[in-house]
Amino acid sequence: MATPQMEQSTENLLEIKGLKKYFELGGGLFKQKQQVKAVDDLTFNVKKGETLGIVGESGCGKSTMGRALLQLQKPTSGEVYYEGQDIAQLNGKQLRKLRKDIQIIFQDPFASLNPRMTVGAMLTEIVATHEIVPKKERQSYVQNLLEEVGLKAEAYWKYPHEFSGGQRQRVSIARALAVQPKLIICDEAVSALDVSVQAQVLNLLQKLKRKHQLTYIFISHDLSVVKHISDRVGVMYLGKMVELADEDSIYENPAHPYTQALFSAIPDITEDHKERIQLKGDVPSPLNVPTGCRFHTRCPLATEYCKQAEPALEEVKEHHLAACHYAE
Amino acid sequence: MKSTSEENQLQVHGLEVGFKNKKKYTQILNGVSFNVNKGETLCIVGESGCGKSLTSLSIMGLLPESGEVRSGEIRFEGQELTNRSMKEMSKIRGNEISMIFQEPMTSLNPVHTVGKQIIEAIRIHRNVSKKEATERVVEMFELVGIPSPRERVHNYPHEMSGGMRQRVMIAMALACDPKLLIADEPTTALDVTIQAQILDLLNELKGDLDMSIVMITHDLGVVSEMADQVLVMYAGEVIEYTDSKSLFENPKHPYTQGLIASIPKLQGKTEELPVIKGAVPNPDEMPSGCRFSTRCAFAKQECFDQSPQEEGTEAHPVRCWMYSAEWQQMTPLKGGESNGYTTDGAVDREPIRN
Amino acid sequence: MEQTENLSVQTTKVQNPRLRMLKTMLERLWQNKLAVFGGVVTFLLIFTALFATWLAPHDPTEQNYSAVLQAPSSEYWFGTDNLGRDIFSRVIYGAQVSLQAGLISVGIALIIGVPIGLISGYYRGFIDEYIIMRMTDAMLSIPALVLALALAAVLGAGLTNAMIAIGLVLTPNFVRLIRGEVLAHREKEYVEAGKASGISDFSIILKHILPNTIAPIMVQATLAIAAAIIVEASLSYLGLGTQPPNPSWGSMLATGQGYLDSAPWIALFPGALIFITVISINLFGDGIRDMLDPKMK
Repeated sequence: MATPQMEQSTENLLEIKGLKKYFELGGGLFKQKQQVKAVDDLTFNVKKGETLGIVGESGCGKSTMGRALLQLQKPTSGEVYYEGQDIAQLNGKQLRKLRKDIQIIFQDPFASLNPRMTVGAMLTEIVATHEIVPKKERQSYVQNLLEEVGLKAEAYWKYPHEFSGGQRQRVSIARALAVQPKLIICDEAVSALDVSVQAQVLNLLQKLKRKHQLTYIFISHDLSVVKHISDRVGVMYLGKMVELADEDSIYENPAHPYTQALFSAIPDITEDHKERIQLKGDVPSPLNVPTGCRFHTRCPLATEYCKQAEPALEEVKEHHLAACHYAE
Repeated sequence: MKSTSEENQLQVHGLEVGFKNKKKYTQILNGVSFNVNKGETLCIVGESGCGKSLTSLSIMGLLPESGEVRSGEIRFEGQELTNRSMKEMSKIRGNEISMIFQEPMTSLNPVHTVGKQIIEAIRIHRNVSKKEATERVVEMFELVGIPSPRERVHNYPHEMSGGMRQRVMIAMALACDPKLLIADEPTTALDVTIQAQILDLLNELKGDLDMSIVMITHDLGVVSEMADQVLVMYAGEVIEYTDSKSLFENPKHPYTQGLIASIPKLQGKTEELPVIKGAVPNPDEMPSGCRFSTRCAFAKQECFDQSPQEEGTEAHPVRCWMYSAEWQQMTPLKGGESNGYTTDGAVDREPIRN
Repeated sequence: MEQTENLSVQTTKVQNPRLRMLKTMLERLWQNKLAVFGGVVTFLLIFTALFATWLAPHDPTEQNYSAVLQAPSSEYWFGTDNLGRDIFSRVIYGAQVSLQAGLISVGIALIIGVPIGLISGYYRGFIDEYIIMRMTDAMLSIPALVLALALAAVLGAGLTNAMIAIGLVLTPNFVRLIRGEVLAHREKEYVEAGKASGISDFSIILKHILPNTIAPIMVQATLAIAAAIIVEASLSYLGLGTQPPNPSWGSMLATGQGYLDSAPWIALFPGALIFITVISINLFGDGIRDMLDPKMK
């Protein structure tokens, strides 16, 4: 979706600079430790009121990025400024306070709700932690919230397993909303849902965004969903951002060969069998990142130069960044 | 349903399958019928719980213990399959009918090399030496586009990527030259670029090997890439059955229309997605009339009480009252209320499950 | 239409939700006939132990040399032992000792083991990996009885010390089990979601993770009660547990061992009671576990 331009300000809600998250693997007496560069040097901003879509295939680091932004996994290095304040420097208590402002919705509506707690207990606990409303009003506050996300107030007394997948995802949304956040990270939030339910949840997310002036970071592997909901789209490949541009610009004129291939790979019901840019092979292992441009092993345009020099994410035209030596 | 002059590879007629638990019997499939011609790809599409996977398991004779084929026929090259013993079925499975599943990791044994597993599968059905079988595996690996096939034979499943594993599964399924391949969501667990590779591969192989494919999927995009014929299922029933082109250009059933409309499109801009309200009803609480009536935008009074029959044309049957002669005489819902898949905010009509 | 239908059903059901929850839980327990049976037997055993003084027809320590090694009769229901003591009365008094030994030592193991397991599993790190885990490994590598024997010897003879010793010996099992469970759950998204909502670690551990580890704890605990009763028996046999002439099932079993040919009833009745106790506690424990699981119907 494109929100009307006037809703968007140029003010940055989140500024990410050189964010890195490496995992150490293995290691022991006789084994060398291996390093997985899950997120490798990301720099981008999230504007107030926008929906920033992040798209990429499995292993590209998009989910790790979401967790690193929230400090659910401590970034290896890099700065994350939220309203001018570096989150990475906060101590436990300050961080818990900040978590009121930034929320996350996970993919799996089965794993992300505690099976032993009623929905009401779960939400009330969060409301109590942040003292959102006085104790007496907590129940009605939570029930209103449940109604707002399209559930019945009786859902308060139910356990997660009493709901269908779509309803659980609504509960997750209510949980995120409970603390009145400013930014919500949706990590594959609709990927586990059936098409018709997915459409319902997408519409709900947009309705809530308008109503509560939210900002979304919408992480997904599904390009058409990201295109539908985002104002700007970032494409990730092997821990790097390879392209970042306005939604219409990236769709009309994808600059990076990977983005082009990604778009052409989607089976589209509105077109007859279109010409595909077939990518060779699989995504290389993040344990063993190719030198130079990370995409050169699969890129149809790769040259000798690509193997040596890593391209930077640069403006190819206004508001359109791409990391490719040959992007025009 | 439909019959053509071409020879049928697979005919399913009036299939009723359900689950027994203690005293209760819950019927899931309610009279599913379709034909697959030789060399044709049939896609069965529907959302979770529509019975598409159960259909394929019934064909394979792989229903879980509590599952039961109540009635109906499954004919493979004219022979009835439903009354076969486990032993007879296992001769057909993996030999004449093969299957590939969604998650290749769980269908491969992690403690054996992929080569060993396929060799074993071949030697169950073919009386060949180990060496010949190995040669066959290498040949198959080459066919499905696995690079350096001779070395890959010695790999363990965890040493391969998801896309490679799915290729291995396809190689295993094709090793005995099956006449029918059943693919249950074969690309759902894969990334788009890998999915594109696998779909192209399947289309290519179908032509080369002259086999029929039954593809189970929830993804209409995949349907448009693969299908000759499409079977749309909803709540255990076939609601629309036609060729791929007519389905996308002229979807008839309100459910199919809604499904197509609710996919976010890559072209153009949509502020809000049209949605089908509510969710698939539980098998225990099926509406007494048309099973889609509770979510249908066009439902009339009679839709809630009487099940529609197959209407429409020979080439494009659809299970909906709208296409029957009686439609004009039927009573509209009072107050003009409808369940429409309108764009107004999604009100949740799903029954809370107890 | 579906909506209104549902609403009416819901509202009649949800009047006092807490009561409804309790009711469905008890209903769930009641439907599990085996658990009910286990619960009734366990309750009877506890009742017997509490009112031993009134229930026992004879003094359990009174020796009667005119009635040594008598087979069960109307006077001595379970027969008499080598010193002419009434086995029925001794079994009743023995229930006090054995149930105490089982419940209290497992209680000790839980009180020490659960917090260590929870904290160790949740925070991981050096102390978890190199101190707590290696210590439990060391303790688990020594046979339980030998370790209990050593501890009891250090602490001195007597039932209380025996229970402490048994409790300590059982602790590493619980630490391991709970740590493993916590490790599995801390990676789950609902825990991450809790953290992301700003809930404190303390609440996450206590309110989110602990309830999800109840099932395996329950199973382990019922098994441990059985083990504790048997270890107490062995300690008593070796003179480190209950002091003679006070009866415990274990010490009675030990005495009976010498008379298996001539007077099998001496060992038979305490042995049978240990068996029945263990089985019923186990069945009851299973029932409680299922009762607490909201997913069970």
